[in-house]
Amino acid sequence: MKQYPPSEEVDFLIIGAGAAGGIMAKELSAAGFSVVVLEQGPYLREKDFEHDEIKYTMLSGMTNNLRRQPHTYRKSEAVRAAVPGQKVIQYGRQVGGGTVHFTANYWRLWESDFRQKSKWGGVAGASLADWPITYADLEPYYTKAEEELGVSGLAGANPFEAWRSKPYPLPPLPVKSSGVIFERATRQLGLHPFPAPMAILSQPYRGRGACVHCGFCEGFGCEVRAKSSTLGTVIPVAERTGRCEIRPDSYTRKIEAGADGRIRGAVYFDATRREVFQRAKAVVVCANGSETPRLLLMSKSSRFPQGLANSSGLVGKHLMVDCGFEAYGVFEHPLNEFKSVQTTRVIHDFYEPDPKRGFHGGGGIDARFDFYPISFALSGLPKDAPRWGREWKKMVGQYFARTLTLLAHATCLPQERNSITLDPDTKDAWGLPAMRVTFDYHPDDVSNMKFLLARQVEILEATEAQKIWTDTTDVSLLPHNHLLGTCRMGDDPKTSVVDRYHRAHDVPNLYLVDGSSLVTACCQPTCTIQALAYRAAEHIAGQARKAAIRP
Amino acid sequence: MRSAAPAALSVLSPAEAMEISAIASQIIPSGESPGAREAGVIYFIDRALATFDEDKRALYTNGLEEAERKRAELFPGSKTIAELPADQQVRLLEAIENTEFFEQVRTHCVMGFFGNPGYGGNRGLAGWKLIGFEDRFHFEPPFGYYDRPGGTQGKP
Repeated sequence: MKQYPPSEEVDFLIIGAGAAGGIMAKELSAAGFSVVVLEQGPYLREKDFEHDEIKYTMLSGMTNNLRRQPHTYRKSEAVRAAVPGQKVIQYGRQVGGGTVHFTANYWRLWESDFRQKSKWGGVAGASLADWPITYADLEPYYTKAEEELGVSGLAGANPFEAWRSKPYPLPPLPVKSSGVIFERATRQLGLHPFPAPMAILSQPYRGRGACVHCGFCEGFGCEVRAKSSTLGTVIPVAERTGRCEIRPDSYTRKIEAGADGRIRGAVYFDATRREVFQRAKAVVVCANGSETPRLLLMSKSSRFPQGLANSSGLVGKHLMVDCGFEAYGVFEHPLNEFKSVQTTRVIHDFYEPDPKRGFHGGGGIDARFDFYPISFALSGLPKDAPRWGREWKKMVGQYFARTLTLLAHATCLPQERNSITLDPDTKDAWGLPAMRVTFDYHPDDVSNMKFLLARQVEILEATEAQKIWTDTTDVSLLPHNHLLGTCRMGDDPKTSVVDRYHRAHDVPNLYLVDGSSLVTACCQPTCTIQALAYRAAEHIAGQARKAAIRP
Repeated sequence: MRSAAPAALSVLSPAEAMEISAIASQIIPSGESPGAREAGVIYFIDRALATFDEDKRALYTNGLEEAERKRAELFPGSKTIAELPADQQVRLLEAIENTEFFEQVRTHCVMGFFGNPGYGGNRGLAGWKLIGFEDRFHFEPPFGYYDRPGGTQGKP
């Protein structure tokens, strides 16, 4: 792999090697530019991954660890933030980022997602807005992402899906028992189930092997490279260009701007906690919707006293997360849902908001099982079941292989009050300010989750489930993996942080490309984040060729 | 892959281990199938306290003291949790089941019983056999009863 001395001014410094960063690295290096990628986590390979629930799920083996990188949480500005008992914010912390451990749901947005404000008008208390781009602008890049990375699905099977220029490159993965049960029940109710689009290979593709159905997708790294993470797809291509250096264990603490307001590079801690300054002509931040705003806020200077790229005051605002309750059913015969990918069937019948419901929101519902043995034994049984002892042990034994979950993937309204800021007191193990998360649901989000839960229960009632139960735990206190909207995209520098090509309104050679750009929260964001990255990379490479990056 | 747990304990004293073992044996009892005792859960807990959960040692020490006080209060004249008859052990745990200590021991028991055996517990794959889980690198469809060709697929 190519290595650059930090004193060399590279064309692009990318911060974060995840869903978007991996694509930026590949596209920009393939276009002929010199690229250094700083990744705060380690460089793990397929041989490093294990079927080990303790290591990854219980001990944050590939995600942010609260012990070393605490964050604080509060429901509103009125209360003092404290370090929560378990993570509220969770992100992939290794080369490949969240695409290494994600479930691999790969849903495109609908055309209407880009026009929420025009279509539905305002929602009181929320900052609903139109995107500066349309589905048509993004469609070629959705197609490119699906083709380059490898996505399995069935075009046309979802009658509600937006138009597409090409079918999925791979057929759907085999249906599981949960999918068969869900498909039958939803059809009986007049709904429209379809095979879950997954960034997991159903067949060999471009030198990678097909899924072996081991079951360790959600929260785990794929040992056979069947999951289409950026680690297993575009990052090796970037390295083979001979122009891209992936620099792991490199934790950025500040992006440095000169007196002229242009970025000079970034300072990071290396593996030995030594501070290093990497020079660059332009910086692309792809650190996810929580770490990107944190880094911008940590990068304040006399030139940028509110934090970098923050003249709008909106850096860190409009945090949106994954929402949705779970409903469960237990069946007479074994489903063995611990085998193969987490989900195989979805419905989008309730995706589109409907004013008749009396609130704004919608979402998809899928049939799945995202428990592993420990998590199921700790929290998988009905709430009225015993929690330990003889009867509990018997129930865990009977339920584990016979239970399925219906999960809602619900919208989350953007609210200015929900934010990522710097905690004034708590520091991480490097002495940097911890991120402070302020988040509470909009009343419509709660109404929407309850509406969807009623649909989930109706579907379960149309099956042969022997017992049905629900979980309405305050989901704001669960680990959120979809971290969106905190540097929103828009044409007006007063109401957005980046422009339609992800360039910071305030800084000519700074780009922000990740979940922070999203204007509204879709139910499954990775596909859109990656399509945006392909689109941004094409534009940025074009601009750089025209020397617009550095006149 | 980690090696199997040593028979020796490195953090818990023999007396503490006896007491924690007794608690673990009521959380995951033995009977028709192996429980916490046969699965070596105490060795998992000892290893956890020696390594990744080192910062939970004080919770164990203080929690166990509190549990012993509760035992003496509920069952005057008793000497240890391990020596209590099973029904009294259950009553003691019911009295402390909402404490942070109990929740931690429960979590550790579940991790030690259902986790990767490389951590010293789940001996003989006792936990995985109980629930019908198999740790394999390759499965093929059909995965379960309802996705079998011609299998019963819901209501007629």
